[in-house]
Amino acid sequence: MAIARRPPPELFKLASNHWTQPFWDATADHRLLVARCADCGHARMPPTPFCPCCQSQRIDWTELSGRGEVYTYTVVARAIMPGMDEHLPYVPAVITLDGGGGTRLISNVVDVEVSSIVVGMPVQIVWDDLPAEGVAIPRFRPLSR
Amino acid sequence: MRDATAIVGLGATPYYRRGASVPQTLEELVGKAILAAVQDSGLRVRDIDGFAYFAGGFDTGLLTETLGIPEIRFSATLTGGGGGSAGAIGLAAAAIVSGQAEVVVCVGANQQGAQRFGSITSAYPATPENAFFSASGLVGPGHMFALLARRHMHLYGTTRDDFAEVAMAIRANAVSNPNATLRKPMTREDYFDAPMLADPHCLYDFCLENDGAVAVIVTSAERARDLRCPPVRVLASNHGGSSDWGRSIYWMNMPDESFASSGHAAVARRLYAAAGVDPKDIDTAQIYDHFTSQVIMQLEDYGFCAKGEGGPFVRSGAIRLQGGSLPVNTDGGQLSCGYVWGMTHVREAVEQLRGTAVNQVAGARLALVTGGPSVIPVSGLILAN
Repeated sequence: MAIARRPPPELFKLASNHWTQPFWDATADHRLLVARCADCGHARMPPTPFCPCCQSQRIDWTELSGRGEVYTYTVVARAIMPGMDEHLPYVPAVITLDGGGGTRLISNVVDVEVSSIVVGMPVQIVWDDLPAEGVAIPRFRPLSR
Repeated sequence: MRDATAIVGLGATPYYRRGASVPQTLEELVGKAILAAVQDSGLRVRDIDGFAYFAGGFDTGLLTETLGIPEIRFSATLTGGGGGSAGAIGLAAAAIVSGQAEVVVCVGANQQGAQRFGSITSAYPATPENAFFSASGLVGPGHMFALLARRHMHLYGTTRDDFAEVAMAIRANAVSNPNATLRKPMTREDYFDAPMLADPHCLYDFCLENDGAVAVIVTSAERARDLRCPPVRVLASNHGGSSDWGRSIYWMNMPDESFASSGHAAVARRLYAAAGVDPKDIDTAQIYDHFTSQVIMQLEDYGFCAKGEGGPFVRSGAIRLQGGSLPVNTDGGQLSCGYVWGMTHVREAVEQLRGTAVNQVAGARLALVTGGPSVIPVSGLILAN
């Protein structure tokens, strides 16, 4: 029995450019935005300067509900670098976002018994504020019914 | 380019455990491997006129100056990481066929003192792209490839027993190889007793972390005929990949059809066409084994079995040296012999085709080598004797 924790916070350091900044700005308000091509609608995450389908540079930001499902995950239960022990176990996961046109987010499943996590599990977003960076990190919990 | 060039020299340092190669420097290990390859070929240092690298390469100016190479005419590096190990041979061949150089060194080396590869991604600089995965705690390739392994299990019913068979089959080859780092036979119990590092990957699903260097010398088929060693012919070597793979493990938005793969399918198709052979013609395969699950996915992408059938394929004993239809990683691979960014696989393929391998595959005529599944470019190589 072990509850999924959060990875060491110092692993994250915000770097952004004008294509990705709107995503991070919205996280401060706990809003999940994803980028789509404004011309053909193709999902473009992480946001990039060109649409791989039509090469357009135009972008639309859509706010999603923050619900989704676990596409795949791993359980990290052994420290492979200093300072990791106290954060174990944690569960890096790839989350398919509802309404995101197939877009997936690399994130974590947290606050749940590790052995209960399965591929296809419905999840909902939970925000971890990082005041120093002025943003919040999206993570996911099982969807409460 | 088919059959226009050959590998004529092979040199390597011992495979040291991580950090144990000090006080030698990385450049020293590289130089030792190159000098050994020159010696093996019967050429002289002054015959070298080109370098074809991968994974960042080395300082050609320093090597030229310190080894006493009179003049360099070609110095190029495949982009990407370990994915270029098999493709660097093609870069050398391209230089030779186009008349830009005659004797080209391909060399790979690593020395993991300060920064181990196991946590390499945590040492990457903060970039707008990395910000989309760094918070999740994916601090090494082993964590990232575990996500692909889990999806493969979900889609195709692949099991940890299949991963165990890869680990055990490759370890069995290391047991009889005096150069190998891990030579104790591995049982199924050993595998399942090993610590789980990134579920479903346990310790024995991960490759080793070694220090060492391996170099080969490539020249024209014509010149190769007069040299000391029987030439190992370069039938084909290419690199690349398709856009649905892209940055792969740093992106995780590959389409579902290719997510649980090695990203090698496009390279594999072109490689067989360029070499004029089929998967059934390959006598032994040296498959980039940074993780057991990626051996299974490469066996699928290289057409040795259907997509999703990699688990049953290895479970049938197919990759075993004893009785297998396709002996894989006959030196013990990166899982048990040594990890030098894929160059150990080039070395072993050359040894097999010279007939001098420790675990010789009887009558081996064609060998496949693959370069690390990772971001594009990935690469493949088919050699013949």
